[in-house]
Amino acid sequence: MTSSALNLNYLQAKKGIFSWIFSVDHKRIGLLYLYSLITFFLVGATLGILMRLELLNPGKDLFEAQTYNQIFTMHGVIMIFLFIIPSIPAVFGNFFLPIMLGTDDVSFPRLNLLSWWIYVIGAIMAISTLMFGDGPADTGWTFYAPYSVKTGTNVTMAVLAAFVLGFSSILTGLNFIVTIHRLRTPGMTFLKMPLFAWALYATSWIQLLATPIIGITLLMIAAERVLGVGLFDPSIGGDPILYQHLFWIYSHPAVYIMALPAFGIISEVLPTFSNRTIFGYKAIAFSSLAIAFVGYFVWGHHMFTSGMSGTARIIYSILTFMVAIPTAIKVFNWVATLYKGSIDVQPPLLYALGFIFQFMIGGLSGVVLGALAADIHLHDTYFVVGHFHYVMFGGTGFAFFGALHYWYPKIWGRMYNKLVANIAFFILFIGFNLLYFPMMILGLMGMPRRYYDYLPEFHLPNMISTFGSWVMAIGLLLMLGNLIAGFRRKREKIGRNPWGTGITLEWQTLSPPPVANFDRMPVLPKDGPYDYDHKPEIKE
Amino acid sequence: MRTGASTFAEGVDLSLYIIAGIAVFFLVGITVVMIYFVIRYSRKRNPKPTNIEGNNTLEVVWTVIPTILVLVMFYFGWMGFKPMREVPDNAMVIDAYAQMWKFSFQYPDGKVTDSLVVPVNRPVKLNLHSRDVLHSFYVPAFRLKEDMVPGGNNYLWFNPNLEGRYDILCAEYCGQLHSYMLSSVTVVSDTEYQTWLTSAPGNTEEHPGLAVLKQNACLTCHSQDGSKIIGPSFKGIFGKTEIVLTDGIEREVIIDSAYITRSIKNPNADIVKGYMKGLMVSYEGIVTDEQIVDIIDYIKNLK
Repeated sequence: MTSSALNLNYLQAKKGIFSWIFSVDHKRIGLLYLYSLITFFLVGATLGILMRLELLNPGKDLFEAQTYNQIFTMHGVIMIFLFIIPSIPAVFGNFFLPIMLGTDDVSFPRLNLLSWWIYVIGAIMAISTLMFGDGPADTGWTFYAPYSVKTGTNVTMAVLAAFVLGFSSILTGLNFIVTIHRLRTPGMTFLKMPLFAWALYATSWIQLLATPIIGITLLMIAAERVLGVGLFDPSIGGDPILYQHLFWIYSHPAVYIMALPAFGIISEVLPTFSNRTIFGYKAIAFSSLAIAFVGYFVWGHHMFTSGMSGTARIIYSILTFMVAIPTAIKVFNWVATLYKGSIDVQPPLLYALGFIFQFMIGGLSGVVLGALAADIHLHDTYFVVGHFHYVMFGGTGFAFFGALHYWYPKIWGRMYNKLVANIAFFILFIGFNLLYFPMMILGLMGMPRRYYDYLPEFHLPNMISTFGSWVMAIGLLLMLGNLIAGFRRKREKIGRNPWGTGITLEWQTLSPPPVANFDRMPVLPKDGPYDYDHKPEIKE
Repeated sequence: MRTGASTFAEGVDLSLYIIAGIAVFFLVGITVVMIYFVIRYSRKRNPKPTNIEGNNTLEVVWTVIPTILVLVMFYFGWMGFKPMREVPDNAMVIDAYAQMWKFSFQYPDGKVTDSLVVPVNRPVKLNLHSRDVLHSFYVPAFRLKEDMVPGGNNYLWFNPNLEGRYDILCAEYCGQLHSYMLSSVTVVSDTEYQTWLTSAPGNTEEHPGLAVLKQNACLTCHSQDGSKIIGPSFKGIFGKTEIVLTDGIEREVIIDSAYITRSIKNPNADIVKGYMKGLMVSYEGIVTDEQIVDIIDYIKNLK
């Protein structure tokens, strides 16, 4: 039955650049996102390494202060808006959500293509600030007013770029919500969906409901700069604290846009390599929704020193602590999934374990920052920088790389060198921790963030951190090099289920999948998506 | 961490130690269990897995215990924070001003300084003001920080309990020289404080124009030796012909008294070519007309 043109895989189906950039196939769109995201990730990472070089010693090493400020702004804008917000949903969500639901595409394939094009336009706008106007913004990715209103750099284009990028995110969220509601294969109830789909579902609601707020807020900055409308700058009648509220009403939930899909990846990788059912399916699924919900009400913790009333600070503090509970539940359930499993340590599992360790450091340092007294000391210091890199990079970034290693054989029908992948993981893991852990120490010592230069007592941790950035760069290059080299390796026979123990529906189809995703009807396990006792027999 | 030097340090450090203790316990505990499972249940040692779908008792346990712990952590955070908002009635009130990129302090008797000097064991309240963008008053040794918001009326207070000199840092990004926006707070005995308070402010030989420039942090951006910092140097500028941008259109002006006055009161009207717009705020109302005359007189002689 696997003969006709119908079973040509999605990579072979059509040739030429236009068959890609105007493709409405969710798999091709996923890869378009992947290649764009990796490109921007490398640009952002290079900027980060340059920042660390400048901070190697006190005083001027490489750049002027102004250039440094523009570099850290660009680093933040690229990493947040062009990499981490779209990352897992846009790449792996697009590619695998329809397959995992047992359907042939998302609900609105053309809208899906449009959202990639909007992403590209937004990205070009953001990058154009390097070439046009009065230089890239120097405000930090938060665009805090009134500095962002006063500075002569090209903030207007930067915020318009973020505004445009927001639409890409909204459309992806909308598409996924409808897809999950309408296109699940017969027999797959909500509670029989894979946990990755649950994580994307929770994420999509945040994308849909929170993103418009940042869009409008950033337009207000542009209006203030161009038209002189007094919204945020007190010298023309505005209120800078209003900006912070509006900004964080989106940008705090956005943290969960970045983190929740990563939780979904971990919940897929752990059962596969433990060869057993996930522990606490409902607890993991509903804790995603709980995090998404509570996450809407904690934005004030970004403003503990902004001058809010003491009462407001106390309320935001206790709400912030509430987020820790569903997050802790997730971690416990993941670790329990390893219990009495039959564990095969493969590169994707290493990334998942690295994720759990680093995400715990990120989360627990977040708990430190949620406590009012501790936050007053640590707010706007390097402790915060360390904290969010542990969550965003040590967490989501590692989950992204883990997903790349996990689904690589499915996406391309080839396999990378696993030994090199393992080595790259350990280099990356060590480099990451060397790079970011000293930042926590610096914060405790009292070094503020966004510092071009620093007092001599901060020298040693900064040196270790910069050294760590070199180790991490080697790890990154080795990892990506190994994945790219995988394309050139002699094609070995990649079966439908290359890990042998995958249970969700994508492991029932060919690698790479045919254009219509399935060459034969997928079979659901009897009791839920991770029912290893009744794992359907997969014939090649 | 630096030794605490205010009465808040104890509460802040206590909350940090308690949370860090709990955090390290969980981090190490979970990591050890995780690694143990990976080794104990490796495919080699445990070829046949056991499917356990969940356990309601465990779910309840690991929901309730974290809930109790986060409430404990919240409580200590709150208690350490609570005194920071309760200003004693007898606190000495000082006005703190921030501007790009300098702190200044105005004492109750009118004395204006660049750095703080305060008596030990006496509560001090700072009313926090900003003249341009957001800044943040941060003294790591006091475990204390509060943003300085233009148009806002933030405040903070502290009771320094250890004599010494401590750094004041700006913790909210405020532009090009953010990391150089430093000052210090010196905690001295009561007698030393009285001596300092009554001593003559600075160098009386100083040109009054230079005093005004120093007081308003003009020299942070405008050098006196011809070097370019943020704005044009004052050296030899008077009488010079410069190309400026007025509403984006280039024109030539001669730097005279009228131009300098306009640049102080409405700095973004004419931007000297090669410099950035928007970084200087208007000093109208901050610098008096008499002081502007002093400034012009001083700049005239800066050859």
